[in-house]
Amino acid sequence: MRGDILTNILLCGVGGQGIVLTSKLIAAAAMEKGSPVRSAETIGMAQKGGSVTSFLRIGECHAPMFGEGEADIMIAFEPAEAVRELRYLKKGGTAIVDTHPVMPVTAALTGGGYDPSVMMEHLDKSGVKVIALDAQALAAEIGSPRTMNMIMLAAAVRSGVLPFDIDHVAEVMKKTVQPQFVDINMKALYSVTV
Amino acid sequence: MLPFPGKDDDMHKEYLMGNAAIAKGALAAGLNVITGYPGTPSTEVLETAAKAVPDIYVEWSVNEKAALEVAAGASYCGARSMVTMKQVGLNVASDPLMSLAYVGVEGGMIIMVADDPGPISSQTEQDTRTFAAYSKLPCFDPSSVEEAFAMVADAFELSEKYHTPVIFRPTTRICHGYASIDVPDKDEWYVNKPKGFERDTSRWVIFPGLSYRAHMAIEERNRALSADSYKGNLIIEGSRKGIASHGISAAYVREITDGMEDAPTLFKVATPFPFPEDRAVEFLSSVDEVMCIEELDPVIERELTYLCGKHHLPTVIRGRLTGDVHTAGENTPTYVKDVIYRYLGIACPEEDVPTDAPKLPVRPPVLCAGCPHRASFYAVKVAMRGKKTVFCGDIGCYTLGNAQPLDMVDTCLCMGAGVNIAQGIGRIEPDRYCFAFVGDSTFFASAVTGAMNAVYDQADMTLVVLDNSTTAMTGHQPHPGTGRTMMGEVVEKIDIEAVLHGAGVETVVTVDPFDLEKAVNTVRCIADLEGVKAIIFKSPCAVITKPDKPYVIDKDKCVECRACIRRIGCPAIVISDGKTVIEPSICVGCGLCGQTCHLKAIVPSEQ
Repeated sequence: MRGDILTNILLCGVGGQGIVLTSKLIAAAAMEKGSPVRSAETIGMAQKGGSVTSFLRIGECHAPMFGEGEADIMIAFEPAEAVRELRYLKKGGTAIVDTHPVMPVTAALTGGGYDPSVMMEHLDKSGVKVIALDAQALAAEIGSPRTMNMIMLAAAVRSGVLPFDIDHVAEVMKKTVQPQFVDINMKALYSVTV
Repeated sequence: MLPFPGKDDDMHKEYLMGNAAIAKGALAAGLNVITGYPGTPSTEVLETAAKAVPDIYVEWSVNEKAALEVAAGASYCGARSMVTMKQVGLNVASDPLMSLAYVGVEGGMIIMVADDPGPISSQTEQDTRTFAAYSKLPCFDPSSVEEAFAMVADAFELSEKYHTPVIFRPTTRICHGYASIDVPDKDEWYVNKPKGFERDTSRWVIFPGLSYRAHMAIEERNRALSADSYKGNLIIEGSRKGIASHGISAAYVREITDGMEDAPTLFKVATPFPFPEDRAVEFLSSVDEVMCIEELDPVIERELTYLCGKHHLPTVIRGRLTGDVHTAGENTPTYVKDVIYRYLGIACPEEDVPTDAPKLPVRPPVLCAGCPHRASFYAVKVAMRGKKTVFCGDIGCYTLGNAQPLDMVDTCLCMGAGVNIAQGIGRIEPDRYCFAFVGDSTFFASAVTGAMNAVYDQADMTLVVLDNSTTAMTGHQPHPGTGRTMMGEVVEKIDIEAVLHGAGVETVVTVDPFDLEKAVNTVRCIADLEGVKAIIFKSPCAVITKPDKPYVIDKDKCVECRACIRRIGCPAIVISDGKTVIEPSICVGCGLCGQTCHLKAIVPSEQ
């Protein structure tokens, strides 16, 4: 855990994966600790399936976005999106990456599919600390594919880069999600041990 | 009179989007009326304020011109009003705006115009600061979410003090940025009680004589405002090298130069018009050189260059005009850092970026699975195959009809333009079948007058109204065809077919685009009729409709010809392990693909 210094977080993935929601939960957890928070989302014209990023900053700063090479941690919900946004991660920064690929919706038309292992290999040799997990599969094991974002968040918290621990996130989650989803989200948050 | 006492125990923290902060700032400052037309990145201001219904009046107007006029009328009565739009919306509202600048207002009136550097989701990169100077209206330009919140109250005060509407101009990164900010508790909010309209023809009826006198008064007011600098126009003292900036760029500049050894002197311009001359001269006198970092026009750069001439100052002004800063597009934090480092002669650390980055998948925006626009475009495409055609598009989700494989948008200019562009093309090429596609919200916003123009001036064309019963692109706002208002009332819908008949279009046929055969036949019949005729493709937006059973591909019948993919390009039809399949989590069961398959291999699933 870190103290009162600025933490820059980049979340990325594709529309519909719950990135904006995760970003808001991290913000709520930081605010609960009394830290100032700023964030910005870049969402294209696509409602679903387009690239989505969320810049999140915990600590004193002026702008909601930061520049390339300034993220302490990247939480990538998709391997190709991790490579696309890698430029924002600082040297030696932490990349939490879901290895499960999401093919572009136009792949059938254009033949624009890709091999996720190529993306993971590229990340591994790019001088950042990669924590890879198949959050999709873990979420399915828990019994709800929609908890994938909680699993990603848990992995990020366990890495120690965020300025709070998993119990704190769990407390804030309980206050923000609808009561019927609390149990399954708790299960997801505590399922990640690495 | 200050709306907020500012005592800490009367405040609480909220994590707010910039647009929400603008709305809350307005509510806390006694907002009575808010109107607007949706447009990214401005939409959430009105939507946030709407949560205060019934304490205030909220309206998604038919277009920006109507919205501005409603807000102005309310302000004539002493109400505090706000009208919201994106930058291109100001073009639509510019007629009442230019006159209102002369007539003035009674209650405070803010024209909230969101600019979109990039552009990220707009047709133009116009700079509303320039529009403010053109219309001679005071302009506020916030550089953070918290400044936006506080500035709204200041804007209302200035508006009331000088009886003028004021422009409030955030950009996308302010509108859609979030911050945890202090907000006064609701019982601390200022309550404005409109005193009602007072007849005064010498004030409210614009005539040449009034305009002449008002013009002189406006110039005098603006000179006074220029000398009396707003508190948000800040100078942060540093070295003899200066950086002048504004908006989100000022936040980037501040952050990049914070803690720098021999940091430059910063000048942040919060009121670009009237330009804070005295403060600017103070800044210019303290530096030898200035780099102007702006989005989008060189407003500050031109003003500073002018002031150097006027005051005989030797300060060198650099920026967009001198080629030091790019002339178009957004200023990202990375780009601003690059400009500042070059300017200050700081070596950028060499980035050993891996050059062997793998090829990344492209994720272009596409029409959603089950989108009725796909069916409508496909029906017209099939019906007109082999004929000499032009398909004039318009602004909305259906602009995405330009993508392969539909490829059904030949032109797109601005809201409502398609109908008269088609008319013009038809005048030069009478043998071409001219089509104009327009959505329902855009139809009401600005295609109705175009349709009347086409009818009366004897055009020969087909108007296709894509009626999905919502304003889909910006998040499903009501419009006159939806039967509900922002005040929560259920009202009589305005019927598009009746409007077209009223406008003189004799043949108007409404058809469900998902009945493909009927849709194709309708287009074939209608296109050959003379004059202006209309087809209304009516089917609700897939995003706000309960999905039907997904379709599946019958493996025994499918021969992998992939015609379904090539014909309609639905995102639910994917290739998995070399086989064409329908992804059940994406498919909403519209059934269009089933109607395009000549082998009848695509059928509703049993589940």
